[in-house]
Amino acid sequence: MHIPDGYLSPQTYVPLYGISIVFWSAALKKMKKELSARNIPYLAMASAFSFLIMMFNVPIPGGTTGHAVGAGIIAILLGPWTAVIAVSVSLMVQAVVFGDGGITALGANCFNMAVVMPFVSYWVFKLVRGNAVGGARLSAAAFLSGYVGLSVSAVFTGIEFGIQPLVAHGPGGRPLYAPYPLSVALPAMALEHMLLFGVVEGVITVLLFKYFMKNDADMVYALTANKDMK
Amino acid sequence: MTKFQKKLWAGLLIIAFLTPLGIIIPEKFKAGSAWGEWGADTLAKLIGYVPEGLRRWAGLWKAPIPDYNMGGEGASGTVQIVSYTASGLIGAAAVGVLIYVIGRIIIKNGK
Repeated sequence: MHIPDGYLSPQTYVPLYGISIVFWSAALKKMKKELSARNIPYLAMASAFSFLIMMFNVPIPGGTTGHAVGAGIIAILLGPWTAVIAVSVSLMVQAVVFGDGGITALGANCFNMAVVMPFVSYWVFKLVRGNAVGGARLSAAAFLSGYVGLSVSAVFTGIEFGIQPLVAHGPGGRPLYAPYPLSVALPAMALEHMLLFGVVEGVITVLLFKYFMKNDADMVYALTANKDMK
Repeated sequence: MTKFQKKLWAGLLIIAFLTPLGIIIPEKFKAGSAWGEWGADTLAKLIGYVPEGLRRWAGLWKAPIPDYNMGGEGASGTVQIVSYTASGLIGAAAVGVLIYVIGRIIIKNGK
């Protein structure tokens, strides 16, 4: 889901940079208020985890590959705003050091995977969980959090790809950037994530969630009522 | 560092050493690039041309370790696996350092 340079028109990547910058500064402000020095190791681990988990490309046999992002579990454990920064930092290093995702597209990639995904995941978790404190309901909430979060993130990416032929084409109508229309790009991105990669994300989310519940339930952000910021 | 945190760091290290599965398994299943992340050559094969804007901007940034591969395009499987693992370790360390720097800057009160 890392959009490379040259796939998005400036009309698309400039506004998405703007949105991401707004979220970065809001997230840093929230963290300044809420975070203490002892949380920093967890934040570093979250970012490193997100970096590493994205390296596990999952194949669709004979087709494309995709991967989990980890933004859902990070949002559940540390809160969505912290996840914005943790995943963004990971995406920045991927783009700058490893050429994974474009420099011009960094704002878009952060918007899709580090803004949309953590918030959708967090809301889904809260919604499905309701008042449950354990059991299958909580596990379902964790699974769906990762699954829906990644799928919605893929839908946004598909829309960004798909509108390129509309917003930027040459004199003959030939696309200047991502060439596939919305009718191709959106289903392609949405379906592969809903059928496979989202399931992988959901399984990772629920396994890690259970592990943290067993070992350090007090640190799970989404379960601590008093610091409930959206 | 708490015992639990030590365990988590160890877990991350294990994950880092498993990252080559992320290139080995897709190859076994003959899966190509991610959707929408094709290089110009692949795209030309798919649609018959390279879009003009894409041609101009695709090479904008020369990453120090492109595609997590230190051996260039013709690198052997072993070189790719070793550099993928090394990339995982370098990347995880880099994000860790960046997060510490950000944390230091925004958390000044030392609570």
